[in-house]
Amino acid sequence: MSKDGIDDGGFDFSKIEKRLGVSRRVFLQYCLGVAASLGLSNKAAMAMAKAVAEPKKRPPVIWLHGQECTGPTESLLRSEQPSLEHLILDLISLDYHQTLDSGAGHQVENLKKKSMEENKGKYLLVVEGAIPVKDNGIYCKIAGETMLDLTKEAAEHAAAIVAFGSCASWGGVQSASPNPTGATGAPQVLKDKTVLTIPGCPPNPANFLGTILYFVTYGKLPPIDDKARPKWAYGRLIHENCYRRPHFDAGRFATDFGDEGHKKGWCLYKMGCKGPETYNNCPSLEFNNVGGQVWPIGVGHPCFGCSEEGVGFTKPLFSLADVKTHTPPNTFPDIADREGASGISTTAAALTGAAAGAAVAATVYVASKIKASDGDASDGTES
Amino acid sequence: MSTYKPTGQRVITLSFLFLAIIFLIGAYFGVQRFFVGGMGAVSNLNGGFSWGIWVVYDVVIGTALACGGYALAMTIYIMNRGRYHPLMRPAILTSLLGYALGGFGAFFDMGKFWQFYEIFLPWNWNFNSVMLEVGLCVATYIIILIIEFSPVFLERIGAKGLLKILNKVLFVVIALGILLPTMHQSSLGSLLIGMGHKVDPLWQTWHFQPLLAIISALIMGFSIVVFETSLTSVGLKQPSEAPLLAGIGRIIMWLLVGFVVIRLVILAYQSKLGLILTSGTSSLVFIIEMALFIIPIILLAMAKTRNSPGQLLIAAVCMLFAGAAYRFDAFLITYNPGPGYTYFPSAPEIMITLGIIALEIMAFLFLIKKLPVLHDTKHA
Amino acid sequence: MDRRDFFKTAIAGSAATICGAGAVQARPNLEPATEAIGMLYDSTLCVGCKACVAKCKEVNDRPPSNADLDNPWDNALDLSSETFNVIKVYKDGNGETKDAIKDGFAFEKRSCMHCVDPGCVSACPTTSMRRDNRTGIVTHHPDSCIGCRNCMVACPYNVPQFEYNNVFGNINKCEMCNQPGVERINNGQMTGCAEACPTGATLFGTRKALLAEAKKRMELKPGDYYEYPRGDVSKPDSVHEKEVPKYLNHIWGEKEAGGTNVMHISSIPFDKLGMPPLAERSASSISETVQHSLYSYLALPAIALAGLSFMVKRNTDRDDEEGTS
Repeated sequence: MSKDGIDDGGFDFSKIEKRLGVSRRVFLQYCLGVAASLGLSNKAAMAMAKAVAEPKKRPPVIWLHGQECTGPTESLLRSEQPSLEHLILDLISLDYHQTLDSGAGHQVENLKKKSMEENKGKYLLVVEGAIPVKDNGIYCKIAGETMLDLTKEAAEHAAAIVAFGSCASWGGVQSASPNPTGATGAPQVLKDKTVLTIPGCPPNPANFLGTILYFVTYGKLPPIDDKARPKWAYGRLIHENCYRRPHFDAGRFATDFGDEGHKKGWCLYKMGCKGPETYNNCPSLEFNNVGGQVWPIGVGHPCFGCSEEGVGFTKPLFSLADVKTHTPPNTFPDIADREGASGISTTAAALTGAAAGAAVAATVYVASKIKASDGDASDGTES
Repeated sequence: MSTYKPTGQRVITLSFLFLAIIFLIGAYFGVQRFFVGGMGAVSNLNGGFSWGIWVVYDVVIGTALACGGYALAMTIYIMNRGRYHPLMRPAILTSLLGYALGGFGAFFDMGKFWQFYEIFLPWNWNFNSVMLEVGLCVATYIIILIIEFSPVFLERIGAKGLLKILNKVLFVVIALGILLPTMHQSSLGSLLIGMGHKVDPLWQTWHFQPLLAIISALIMGFSIVVFETSLTSVGLKQPSEAPLLAGIGRIIMWLLVGFVVIRLVILAYQSKLGLILTSGTSSLVFIIEMALFIIPIILLAMAKTRNSPGQLLIAAVCMLFAGAAYRFDAFLITYNPGPGYTYFPSAPEIMITLGIIALEIMAFLFLIKKLPVLHDTKHA
Repeated sequence: MDRRDFFKTAIAGSAATICGAGAVQARPNLEPATEAIGMLYDSTLCVGCKACVAKCKEVNDRPPSNADLDNPWDNALDLSSETFNVIKVYKDGNGETKDAIKDGFAFEKRSCMHCVDPGCVSACPTTSMRRDNRTGIVTHHPDSCIGCRNCMVACPYNVPQFEYNNVFGNINKCEMCNQPGVERINNGQMTGCAEACPTGATLFGTRKALLAEAKKRMELKPGDYYEYPRGDVSKPDSVHEKEVPKYLNHIWGEKEAGGTNVMHISSIPFDKLGMPPLAERSASSISETVQHSLYSYLALPAIALAGLSFMVKRNTDRDDEEGTS
């Protein structure tokens, strides 16, 4: 145990301190933080730290852009601490990125093809943006080739494929009805491959960074759900971690921008918040690393489900969400409260009375009308 | 030559039409129950009161009201009072209709009616279950009643050969017609044992449930013979059977005395006599119910009542109410499944029951007008 | 037959019945299953978080109760065909002090008690309710169920619930998360509610171990500290230290009507928590004693039938001879 209390097993971090320009302490705390948000232990954090400090050989990354606004890349670039963002980009060899490459034109395209050839089976493919498939994909072309072809070509020998952002995960904004270009996500185009998706518009950069760090450390992608999203980031509904949840449970809702409830920060469900049916970790990580509830709901706008296929760019902004979880509110039934209790309806009481009355009336009527036939009705007994 | 004949009167009368309307309203709600909203839409059954009037009236009370054939069979064939024979056919008909419609009511109440046949599959049978005995025994008894009633059809269509064969085995059929109701009517009382604490202590006689059930069923069986015979003779202007009914009055009186005495002895034996006065609403209900049993005893003790057909009818109806009250009280009125549970039948629920009763009366009227059921007194 | 003969026969028949009945042994309460599994609910530990309610809905794939667009949450009032587990509250006076009988409040968990001598199992005509002989878990088998709801009236706790609002409704109840398709116990897991409970108010384990734990708590001195386990009582996930409350010295389900696999302890008398007034002898044991006394092997009915047939034949033959019909 070293003097600042973090157990590093005696590993020498001096080289990484120099390379990155941060203290060992700051670096290790960052790794602990990432591991924690991945749901991993301190041991895993150390493994990550060592992987970063002595990368064996930086895995190459081919980064494709399709129909997109470059939001995911931009959000990645806006990670708060530039030195740590460099850390990650330092960790990988970004061989092709249309926004970040210093070169341009056919020169860069040839470099891409060369890297893919040299690193067959070893490079990480990141897809950002949707892939139009209509009319053989002519609606998005880079250097004369369709995005569709380029994606398939790059996926052929990739070690792992990550779809970054909602557009690459399931089609995003350009796939909104009527979807004139046939915009699709990478997993739907690359049907025979495993494509990990990190949806969001934009996605939280930490979701990408954490996943990449996991890949670099362990050589495989983290556990994913049925939509191939890393479970550690997309395993819970926004509704489950939303700080306004107590208002939802207590039935306090804002109904319009600027009304009393809105000013008090009440739940935005009635304004169409899609938090109850959107899986993401926005309430936990927020955006821009400045704290203070800087995320859509936190600043008073209902979530529109940007990361959720079938919700974002599909359901109207202000229509009510399907509540996918049903935890109970904060009231309790009494011991004697029962389901389906109903009283005595007037009609029912009347019918009962009428039926009983009819039986009695019929009896009395018949009794009065009855007459004995042929003589005495005695049964031969007395008293 | 048959001593029975159809009354030959017109079927469509004002009362028949009135009954038909009631039946149609009930049928409408029946359609709701089976095709639209399930039992929840037409009844007030809930988690604590899972048995309502469909079970308690249509099945439990309804079949007890249908014990006329049973009661008369014992009188005629065991106590050998052959002179009551003329009352047998209409009693069998009432019994058959009452049990068939009790079965129909049970089907209505059966939550998973499309799987009703499961109770008839031997590999499903749970021999510990009282309900099993009730279900199988009632089903068998309905078949027995059909066989017992078949001479009416066979006579009408002149099937003399079949009649002869039937007469040879009739004694076993009649014996079953006495054994089976003894079994299931007492078991309908045994159902209350399993309900434990939910049945009010004044009605929860534990091991003695079947005994009280069978005695009250017999009381109701005899009473219904008096009731139905009286109504038929007035309503359809048939000759009165007053002499025969007077004799039945004596039998019922002893049964009543037996029931009241045995009931009080059981309560004393179980140290519950004090509860008669200290149970609040239950006390009131108990006292009213016992009054309904005791008043007829006083009435029937007097030969004047027994020999007056009108007064005998009033006594008989009082006993029918008594027996019905005993069952309503035990299963529903003083039944307490736990705090917060309430039940009163909904209007559709009541209409379904009334519709079934209306159907039964319409069938009875139709059949005695078209088939040789009623005794032809000109022959006597 | 004259009146005297009739009475003679009736008395003889009754005597035979009673002797026959006496020969059948009264059926005593059933014993707990060999490896009975159950739960222990400690009302004093419960904080009303309803994690168990939510988990139960999730594990058993049940829809939310009383939910609509304006009230989009699960709000069960009681057990129903959609709710196998619910937390209810006892309140007295101003309801300020937890676990106080007067002017206090307390929580109570309602779910299937998995009785040792289940009324539902005894009452069901088609064996659609069964008690597992090894684990004691009471299960429902919808394939043979006719929906007669005898199980509902025979259950002292009103646990089985029928879906009245569905024409093709079913009977539903807690099956200890072990029904086909869920099978948590078979897979070595514990029940969902015990797993979710953050305070260990719902504890899982063998009935033996849970009863021992309950008895231990009865012996503790109020005010002392105790390490309460969470999860499985024999191998808890974790423990937490808490001050011991004043328990009511009674373990519900140890003996009531033969006992239950799901037992409760609390500081509030159980009748106030909605528990039924049960004696030690189960109603099913009495019901079965009566049934078997009368109908065992259908012996008595067979004898009765023989006797009745004889009498009927004799009387009808006599009538034929005498020319009456």
